[in-house]
Amino acid sequence: MAAVLDVTPENAWTALWHRLQQDRVGAVSLGIVVAYLVMILFAAAGWLARGWSVEVGVPYANPAFLGDRPNLEASLARRFEQKGKVPDLRDVDPLAPKYDEWARRTAELKSTEPERSMTLPWGGDRWGRDVLAKAIKGSQVSIAVGVVAALCATFIGTLLGALAGFYGRWVSDFLEWVYNVFTSIPAILLIFTLAAVLRSGPLAALFASGIWTVVIILAVTGWTGMYRLVRAEYMKHREREYVLAAQAIGASAASRMFVHILPNVSHVILVQLSLLVVAFIKVEVILSFLGLGVPVDMVSWGTMLSEAQTELIIGKWWQLAAATVFMAIFLTAFSMLTDSLRDALDPKLR
Amino acid sequence: MVPTLAGVVLLIFLLFKLFGGDPAQILAGQVASQEQIDAIRRELGLDQPWYAQLWIFVREIVTFDWGKSWMTREQVSSIFLTRLPATLTITIPILLLEAALAIPTAMLVAYYRGTLLDRTVVAICVAAMSVSFLVYIIVGQYVFGFQLGWFPVQGWSDSFWKNLVTYAPLPIVLAALVGLAPQTRLYRSFFLDETKSDYVRTARAKGLSEPAILRKHVLRNALVPVVTNISLLVPGVFVGSFLLEIFFSIPGLGREIFLAVNRSDYPVIQAVTIYVSVLTMLINLAADVLYTFVDPRIELR
Repeated sequence: MAAVLDVTPENAWTALWHRLQQDRVGAVSLGIVVAYLVMILFAAAGWLARGWSVEVGVPYANPAFLGDRPNLEASLARRFEQKGKVPDLRDVDPLAPKYDEWARRTAELKSTEPERSMTLPWGGDRWGRDVLAKAIKGSQVSIAVGVVAALCATFIGTLLGALAGFYGRWVSDFLEWVYNVFTSIPAILLIFTLAAVLRSGPLAALFASGIWTVVIILAVTGWTGMYRLVRAEYMKHREREYVLAAQAIGASAASRMFVHILPNVSHVILVQLSLLVVAFIKVEVILSFLGLGVPVDMVSWGTMLSEAQTELIIGKWWQLAAATVFMAIFLTAFSMLTDSLRDALDPKLR
Repeated sequence: MVPTLAGVVLLIFLLFKLFGGDPAQILAGQVASQEQIDAIRRELGLDQPWYAQLWIFVREIVTFDWGKSWMTREQVSSIFLTRLPATLTITIPILLLEAALAIPTAMLVAYYRGTLLDRTVVAICVAAMSVSFLVYIIVGQYVFGFQLGWFPVQGWSDSFWKNLVTYAPLPIVLAALVGLAPQTRLYRSFFLDETKSDYVRTARAKGLSEPAILRKHVLRNALVPVVTNISLLVPGVFVGSFLLEIFFSIPGLGREIFLAVNRSDYPVIQAVTIYVSVLTMLINLAADVLYTFVDPRIELR
């Protein structure tokens, strides 16, 4: 008898952990995702890719493994620097009296021209910045935007879904109307509308720097799927015995909603959250490419791709390759992990 | 549908009213006197209370009279007529080509389910979906347009046939190939759902060959969710191709609204958003009605 009592049911999340470990694809994906997370934490802390915006190489520096490749752009730039003596316009230039003052003030300022290297580990961009460092920093920005936006969308969707599913009646009717309104506008048009409003409106100055514009755009357009799922779950759970029991012992509505039901629907939310992260990263890349995403002083996979388009025509393919590979590996691993997560959390497959 | 439509109008109105810039400021530019700004405010009705402004907005929508674009001085109502043909020239072939490629591929993969072929195709689909659409366009345009010279890199003409034969093929093929991966994956799951049902077991039990089961029984039933999915894609024909239009300089609706966003051209954005939403709702309604004919098990309530 005692032996039977010792068998405590496995905690849902420990069970999930055990099932994930048995799934080889899931374990490898988890490893890759964790590696990326460590990388972006290091980048955020400044231990990695801190100097992504420093012009350390010659323009379009070759990748280290292609060191002998002719680099027309860099040699052109150097020739300009050497021959670039300004012709003497002292006789005709109305600003000539100012020349001496300018020369004095130039002498006061000390500018150091760093030694530019001919090759970089994975090549350089137009200004000679290290593409590998940009890709790491870009991963940090793109993934951060995706994750933060997905968390915001999840918060909105879960809160509204819980209210609609739990209370029903007019609350549900009203929120269904809001849902219908948001879903009947094609997503891309809602994104464009929000982008237009946020970039020219009174809030433009507030969000001018940082990732918040794109996070708000993604969260406001992306919460609807989460709302639908959470609402359905709450409608199902509202009448379950454990919730009625909680009500009988005097648990308040808020307590029933968020202390009792929420943990029991959290697996649905988690899977949907991971799907949102993947979708949002893809949209952020497109928005940043179009110049509607992260500001110009930041780098993301999208801004790298927009530079890569013109670079490809003159045969400089490494920035395109770096952004594509960094993005593809992360999104593949994350999608696989989501699939494993869904299988592991599916009670039918237990 | 009417309350939803009212909600869409209200949402767009409130977004621009509460969070948008002051139209008078945008129109008048950086250096404008107070009188000029006041004149513009009077002309646009901005000096009136909010409900009067909402009424002006509704009247604009109903009468198709949005005045002129703020930046290009083009009639907003004519933007639809002049931009939509170019968009539809590429989006409708994309829709058809995607379906024509994805359904047979998905059926083939479903037939070989569980084998190496099946797993390889699914893995390729996941990996292909992880590469940004942008990369496919950039590389495709470079390789097929610039390097190989099979297609013009970009351009558009006034002749429908010249467009369809010369300028449209590259964007159409690129988009169809990119759409292939997610659709194949989805349709494969539809086919697999059907292969587990009772009638398939019965068909097997009476000795029907596997290809015959797929062709005669599974395909017909799996087509119901496939058709639903395609009907969900139909509203995308209006602005879904905006990236292609931007890359290939196609004077379509998607490119127009992107340019309008960059120019803060509010009337164009509002008009396109409202009318495309209405068209989307109408198409979805039509799809629901048609659906009852396709699948007699479903009833409209």
